[in-house]
Amino acid sequence: MAVITMREALNQAMREEMRRDEGVFLMGEEVAAYQGAYKVSKGLLEEFGDRRVVDSPITELGFAGLGVGAAMAGLRPIIEFMTFNFSILATDQIVNHAAKMRYMSGGQFKVPIVFRGPNGSAFQVSSQHSQALESWYAHFPGLKVVMPSTPADAKGLLKSAIRDDDPVIFLEQERMYGLKGEVPDGEDFLVPLGQADVKREGKDCTVVARSMTVPLALKAAEELEKQGVSVEVIDPRTIRPLDIETIVNSVKKTNRLVVAEESHAFCGVAAEISAQVMEHAFDYLDAPVKRLSGADAPMPYAKNLERLALPDVERIVKAVREVAYLE
Amino acid sequence: MSELKVTPMRPRTQTEGASAGAGVAEERDGQGRGEQARDERDRIDPAGLREEHERRQQEQQKHIEGVDRETLLRMLYQMVLIRRFEEKAAEAYTLGKIGGFCHLYIGQEAVAVGALSALRPDDYVLTSYRDHGHALALGMSADEVMAELFGRAGGCSAGKGGSMHLFDTDKHFLGGHGIVGGQIPLATGVAFATKYKGTDQATLCFFGEAAVNQGAFHESLNMAQLWKLPCVYICENNQYGMGTSLKRAMSISDVSQKAVGYGMESEFVDGMDVLAVRAATARAVERARKDSLPSLIEIRTYRFMGHSMSDPGHYRTRAEIEQYQERDPIKVFGDNLREKGVLDDEGLKAVEARVREEVERSVKFADASPEPAPEELFTDIYASPIKPGR
Ligand SMILES: Cc1ncc(C[n+]2csc(CCOP(=O)(O)OP(=O)(O)O)c2C)c(N)n1
Ligand SMILES: [Mg+2]
Repeated sequence: MAVITMREALNQAMREEMRRDEGVFLMGEEVAAYQGAYKVSKGLLEEFGDRRVVDSPITELGFAGLGVGAAMAGLRPIIEFMTFNFSILATDQIVNHAAKMRYMSGGQFKVPIVFRGPNGSAFQVSSQHSQALESWYAHFPGLKVVMPSTPADAKGLLKSAIRDDDPVIFLEQERMYGLKGEVPDGEDFLVPLGQADVKREGKDCTVVARSMTVPLALKAAEELEKQGVSVEVIDPRTIRPLDIETIVNSVKKTNRLVVAEESHAFCGVAAEISAQVMEHAFDYLDAPVKRLSGADAPMPYAKNLERLALPDVERIVKAVREVAYLE
Repeated sequence: MSELKVTPMRPRTQTEGASAGAGVAEERDGQGRGEQARDERDRIDPAGLREEHERRQQEQQKHIEGVDRETLLRMLYQMVLIRRFEEKAAEAYTLGKIGGFCHLYIGQEAVAVGALSALRPDDYVLTSYRDHGHALALGMSADEVMAELFGRAGGCSAGKGGSMHLFDTDKHFLGGHGIVGGQIPLATGVAFATKYKGTDQATLCFFGEAAVNQGAFHESLNMAQLWKLPCVYICENNQYGMGTSLKRAMSISDVSQKAVGYGMESEFVDGMDVLAVRAATARAVERARKDSLPSLIEIRTYRFMGHSMSDPGHYRTRAEIEQYQERDPIKVFGDNLREKGVLDDEGLKAVEARVREEVERSVKFADASPEPAPEELFTDIYASPIKPGR
């Protein structure tokens, strides 16, 4: 197994799938000549040429919709948003068109497209450039929503997403592009969509984390272990469809649940998980589910405020101690 | 790459007309810019630039004669202030005092300074994230702008917005905006409001040439012309959107032509000539005030620095940058002011010294300004917060 960065893992996934299937192409701002704003598409233009790696104008609604049309006509587009903040301009094409095409055509069309790019907080870029949008997209039937937290998952899930016949929102995290990890060799390595992964086993409390909060939760678990608290960390990896079974089974074992996320709490993914756990495992809960979310405020620029707006190891530790009634 | 030839078919720019506001009428006489501006030679490309340099120098010198000394000196001061302020900001960025994105305006100073000099204080201004120059040219203090860049409580946006989101209600500066093209409909709405209220205020909307590819630009131009809104759309064409050159992203790269489809007046102008920018803006502002009509001005300029502090700039050559730097707008203006006897070397040194003092002071101010208090995280989210329930 090679140790590579998240960035390289995503790059490999696209490269391998483009080699495998002539219908796969990549389009987005600065993806070709500039090699990607975050260098995720490095070298792809050289290998595949400008027919398949296409620099677009800054025109998100346009090229997202172009992707949806191309998918309806039989291609497999990967549409990169420089960041998901800019996908907001394209939500009409994603939500009104991509998500509903199959349904409203009575199953005649499929839309095999991946919208990918960094989501969530970035470093001190203030309100318009630092937000987590997974609960928006996960809200809509017709979309699949994926959020990897390790290089291996990133590679395996992106390959699956590209091969999938439905629109997939693939949410990366800018802060994690340099994160290193082992990735299994071989072009056949896939991680199926819709399967949660137990990142660490434990018995006293379950922490469900995704994307950037996964490494934080794992650190918190180490910290808590020293304090005699055994934490199980679960990464759903796919937000929609959600593998609630793995989460419920864990809660049945630990009887406690903390959900850590970067996004706002209101109408969010943690709220959904809490509700489902209540529906499926109410009798097993020894404490109310605790949500640890991004602050209920737009992201501020000032460094000290930004720090307060995001979940961190310390606060995950505190949340676990709270549901374990240690505080 | 071969230059796409388009037959000039844009509507004629009106050069005649009643006097402009803000005392800029004086320099409109006898320029004949309406015709000249349509001359293919006005296209700014590096090779043509050198050839054109002499003619352009003459042109600016002619302009100088029509503007009073105080205004000329204020404009020079502002341009030098923006330049030195940003050099300082770049330094502070490398020291880690400024975080996130920091988009410098160096090379483009003549655009904000020239255009804003044609406004009245009650006119409105909106721009993109590349907003330090506009803020300073509007007379916002270097102190509060630097403090904002430092993320401090004394910043013009209380440390919450940072470099990309400078705002000042008193100066009618409605922001620095981070979403490419996002400010264009906003400005259209501001113009709608002034017309609705029956004032004769103009709204200036700045954006980069890459923003022209957004639907928001086209939707706005259509509405503005349809409803005769007093908005001046100013495209700061620095020829790159991040690493993508205009020609790689736009089917017709003559931005001023975009107005044609909407029946809107437009022209293009040399963005390295602060007085040409001022004159073109004055014409458009007058059209907005007197006839409540929008205009599109394409200002051809160049950014000397990377897209932002983190841009290595591999997409263009050193030689290209140097060619444009030969027409550095500050140097061009300074030389011509000297040539016309408005200013001597001593005078220029005095400007630099005053600017240096103001910039140094701004860093001290920003350093001394406290971080925002933790509870500020949850303030300013709503104008009228509601406590739910009875
Ligand atoms: C909707 C949107 N898409 C992409 C970006 C990322 N981005 C920021 S600036 C920029 C280039 C814009 O170029 P231009 O409009 O020419 O302005 P300039 O930076 O040259 O002043 C891009 C792609 C963004 N901020 N907003
Ligand atoms: Mg530009």
